[in-house]
Amino acid sequence: MQTTANTSRPGGSVWTDPKVRAWVFQIIAVIAIVALGWFLFDNTQTNLEKRGITSGFSFLNNSAGFGIAQHLIDYTESDSYGRVFLVGLLNTLLVSVIGIVLATLLGFLLGVARLSPNWLVRKLATVYIEIFRNIPPLLQILFWYFAVMLTLPGPRQSHAVLESFFLNSRGLYMPAPVPTDAFSVFLGAVVVAIIGSILFARWSRARFEATGKLFPISLGVIPLLIVLPALAVLIAGNPVSWSVPELTGFNFRGGWVLIPELMALTLALTIYTAAFIAENVRSGIQAVNHGQTEAARSLGLPGGKTLRLVIIPQAMRVIIPPLTSQYLNLAKNSSLAAGIGYPDMVSLFAGTVLNQTGQAIEVIAITMSVYLAISISISMLMNWYNKRIALIER
Amino acid sequence: MQTHTFKPDLPPPALSVGVVGWLRANLFSSWFNSLLTLFAAYLVWLILPPLIQWAFINADWVGETRADCTSGGACWVFIQQRFGQFMYGFYPSELRWRVDLTLWLAIIGAAPLFIPQMVRKGLYGLAFLVVYPVVAYWLLHGGSFGLEVVPTSRWGGLMLTLVIAAVGIAGALPLGVLLALGRRSDMPAIRVICVTFIEFWRGVPLITVLFMSSVMLPLFLPEGMSFDKLMRALIGVILFQSAYIAEVVRGGLQAIPKGQYEAAAAMGLGYWRMMGLVILPQAMKLVIPGIVNTFISLFKDTSLVIIIGLFDLLNSIKQATTDPAWLGMATEGYVFAALVFWIFCFGMSRYSVHLERKLDTGHKR
Repeated sequence: MQTTANTSRPGGSVWTDPKVRAWVFQIIAVIAIVALGWFLFDNTQTNLEKRGITSGFSFLNNSAGFGIAQHLIDYTESDSYGRVFLVGLLNTLLVSVIGIVLATLLGFLLGVARLSPNWLVRKLATVYIEIFRNIPPLLQILFWYFAVMLTLPGPRQSHAVLESFFLNSRGLYMPAPVPTDAFSVFLGAVVVAIIGSILFARWSRARFEATGKLFPISLGVIPLLIVLPALAVLIAGNPVSWSVPELTGFNFRGGWVLIPELMALTLALTIYTAAFIAENVRSGIQAVNHGQTEAARSLGLPGGKTLRLVIIPQAMRVIIPPLTSQYLNLAKNSSLAAGIGYPDMVSLFAGTVLNQTGQAIEVIAITMSVYLAISISISMLMNWYNKRIALIER
Repeated sequence: MQTHTFKPDLPPPALSVGVVGWLRANLFSSWFNSLLTLFAAYLVWLILPPLIQWAFINADWVGETRADCTSGGACWVFIQQRFGQFMYGFYPSELRWRVDLTLWLAIIGAAPLFIPQMVRKGLYGLAFLVVYPVVAYWLLHGGSFGLEVVPTSRWGGLMLTLVIAAVGIAGALPLGVLLALGRRSDMPAIRVICVTFIEFWRGVPLITVLFMSSVMLPLFLPEGMSFDKLMRALIGVILFQSAYIAEVVRGGLQAIPKGQYEAAAAMGLGYWRMMGLVILPQAMKLVIPGIVNTFISLFKDTSLVIIIGLFDLLNSIKQATTDPAWLGMATEGYVFAALVFWIFCFGMSRYSVHLERKLDTGHKR
């Protein structure tokens, strides 16, 4: 295809002309696709009519009538299926975001440990990676849920830390901050401190570029970030009061709770994905030529700066593309929540709602487009970042 | 003339050789490293002894019921009692020899392909790929030549996992190669179709694909035409996996220098012969490790059929742990499942690394 299509031969029959053939093939292909689409559409129409299912998205306004264990927005049983969709979407996004953050941290740590000069640390990281990336994520989720979370003691015997964190078979209960009247003052102080730090960093950089004098940014920023909010607390009082969970009857009340499904899912996805990220990080660091380190040292850069200014920027170029696909995998693997009943997009929408309404096509189409949208946005974000740090060549 | 005789070399300092030297170089080279070593050793001490205690020392190995598990460690009696179900699912026990025979035929049939001295490997491989699936289907499903029919609803356990993985890769590979060729095609319509197809399947999770194939496929098909559950899952797996194979193969196609295409065209080869005789043989060789890696992820993904109610290895174990006679065996069950999956996946990934080394003939530029 690379080269044959552009040469037309005068004198041959029309059929031997590559251009004509290309056109014919494409027309046939398009006709075949359209025909297949029509065939499926026609069948679906007939089947739907026969089963008495009316297609369309009006079911989204109907009342759902079932409860959901975890909802980030207000939800009651009388809310609509459209609301259920939002709840599921937010729960999916919650798991994905927590998982991505934790897996990145653990993955980078393990990736660096894998290259450590310390034999024991290196071997431990290798063992971790080889064990966890070769076990299916769904199996890990089921393990954490059925073999760990559900076998924890009941609320009355829960493991307590500092009398404010409680771990039992119903989840992890922790104190929740409740904003008081002084909260807005505190927030204002923090915002002012952040803006001040940015301005200070800019000034320091401008001065460094103009005069070459180095003023350590941390020396100005850290006091600013500590002193201003502390002043706000001293003047206006405590910005938050803590709502500590308390055992009343058979369960805890107050505070925040992480439901066991969420914990099992996050743990499994983090542990699984971190193993892959660690390998990406290792290969990225190894891809940076050792000459770069030597060159940086011979320019007089100290160890930390060598790492920060020379090694990491170059390693990131290698790490980012596979890291993107790991993030995508994690977001897609969060759909395995259906295996343990965490109320995510798939188990709520493609599970419960589909069973209740029977609107298979609409429900699956909505679910798939959500994941397509998530995938596309993550890859666009990472592509933008990748382009920013990419090597600019002549 | 004065002759110089050298004194023998002094031995290296005792602290830099032997065990002590190794320890100093690898574990205690700086204060930070020493701290790390102590921390890591503490971690190992925290995890390993209780694990060994649980899995081996305190474990119960023989018995028949749950009551035989008395020592407080792992109760491997559970695995031992349910082993048949984990391997074969609900396949009738007197017919299980058919599954064993299918597996042995696969091993014996494929063995010559791994002998380097074998002649006409390609031809043999092709014949094997054509003949074996027919024989395997006949043996597993039965229905003709006097074999009793075993419907796919009774298949299960590790056997079902292997069937899904094997059929999945066998179906996805040819489709994936065609898609990769289509994506690299000069014809815009073909390219658009292939890119859309590939990106669509790569953007959605397998779980939604399985849901789709189990609830939407019956709607798509004309009246009277229907597939059983396993077939529907297989169609979903093949379509999904072919998109990933296509991307792997495309990488191989892109790695072939343009000169190869030009040389093939200059020889007067048409498109299919150029691809079949010149480009694909080189490209496929480059992507074999990638395909093995895709296969590993496919193998792990087979566990997702639990969602649509097929009884693969994982689901068999999950069901067995909810059996009232064996309540509280979830840990043993999942550890066993993890071990089986791990052995397969780790073995394949080692094989992939080995292939990468063996096939690295320096084509890259």
